[in-house]
Amino acid sequence: MNGFQSAMHPAGVQASELHHLWNIFLCVSIVVYGITLAAVLIAVRRSHRRTEPLADAPSERRATIAVAIGAGMTFVTVLALLVASVATGRTVGTLGRLGTAHLEIDVTGHQWWWEVTYPNSEPDKSIRTANEIHIPVGKPVELRLATRDVIHSLWIPNLHGKRDLIPGRVNKFWIEADRPGVYRGQCAEFCGLQHANMALTVIAESQDAYDRWLEHQRTAAPEPVTDAQRRGRQAFLSLPCVNCHAITGIDAYATAGPDLTHIASRSTLAAGTLINNKGSLSGWVVNPQALKPGSNMPANEMTPQQLNDLVAYLESLQ
Amino acid sequence: MTTECLVSRQQVLLSVACCLLPLFGCRREIRELNPPISSASRPLPVRVSTLQPGPTMGAPAALNNPYEGNAYAISKGQQLFEQYNCSGCHAHGGGGIGPPLMDDKWIYGSSPAQIYLTITEGRPNGMPSFGGHIPAEQVWQLVSYVRSLSGLEPAATVSPRSDEMQARRAEEKK
Repeated sequence: MNGFQSAMHPAGVQASELHHLWNIFLCVSIVVYGITLAAVLIAVRRSHRRTEPLADAPSERRATIAVAIGAGMTFVTVLALLVASVATGRTVGTLGRLGTAHLEIDVTGHQWWWEVTYPNSEPDKSIRTANEIHIPVGKPVELRLATRDVIHSLWIPNLHGKRDLIPGRVNKFWIEADRPGVYRGQCAEFCGLQHANMALTVIAESQDAYDRWLEHQRTAAPEPVTDAQRRGRQAFLSLPCVNCHAITGIDAYATAGPDLTHIASRSTLAAGTLINNKGSLSGWVVNPQALKPGSNMPANEMTPQQLNDLVAYLESLQ
Repeated sequence: MTTECLVSRQQVLLSVACCLLPLFGCRREIRELNPPISSASRPLPVRVSTLQPGPTMGAPAALNNPYEGNAYAISKGQQLFEQYNCSGCHAHGGGGIGPPLMDDKWIYGSSPAQIYLTITEGRPNGMPSFGGHIPAEQVWQLVSYVRSLSGLEPAATVSPRSDEMQARRAEEKK
């Protein structure tokens, strides 16, 4: 996919600032590289023509001037890049200081998935989801980053640079999407066995679509319709699932694993490891260790009937 | 001219021994990534006491903890102890609603098999039964951690860090 996870395809204010800075650095580096290479080639050619080293006064003076010009150019270049860097840093940082209406989202890192909470002053309106951040286009979003275990780092290249999640503290991070799209984020700080499979999806959409999504996420899990789904709900409650996962609307409140209230509405499973479909869901439920070795979800013993029912129920949780 | 031996015989032996060392003694570090799937089903009866009236009913079933003395299992158990809210009743070993786990008093026995049964079957006066709700391998990890709280596991395998809040820095507390 073009620009699905790419700092070269900025989709937000900060990412485009960083992209400009990257372009400036690239151009300057190319020029510096070209000049240096040319100087080396000239020196190599000249050294062939000359047999005796020159030590007279005029050549000494010429060498001094050449070194002075080189040092001066280096100083000017470094200063220019420093100014560009500081200017970008200031622009990137201003979003949080604007004081405009913004959205607050809590992102908590776990080994190896992302917990995403949309807090609300009315607690029953706050929602908890996983590995997916929905944001409205054109609205500043403040991400508050925390972690339950080790250091992680959130990196959504299309929207911003990296920001670490440090145990015991909350790091704040501002993003804003300019255009709708689906962007992939990734943990950018080695955090254990499945660090590479710790991704998330950011969905930037219109305010209307975002409001609809939020309203839907606030609803409780839909009631089972078919017999298989009803048996699946019972299986969920009697198997180990209920010990770690929460589903709003039934007696499942655990917070060790991702909230499954609307799991079928998400596009991936296991933090971007698998596409969310019936096949991978079945495989994941039975033996996550085969698909994501080291993951904190254990393998589960169940009858084929229980598995089919459970998957039917989970698939109904739109 | 005599050839001077730069490396003594002892040094050679020592370096060979060091090279062979990884082949032994790393049971502490073993970490099985894909353990066999099993739920904590009801094992054969494990007696809490060896005292019994009448003829002896046979030795208690041998239930061995596959994670005995394994550092990874203990740290995993420590994590699960929190996630499954064992700490809700037993605090961080000091006890509260439930009995303390860091002393040497064991109401229902301290052997791995007995603790396994305590977790899976539950015990009178409050300990719920977690059998069927926790996979067997996790129960064994919890058993290892619970035993480590009162020093029944080798000291070298116990995590030097605890996860709970404390007055001192985590690194300083054991």
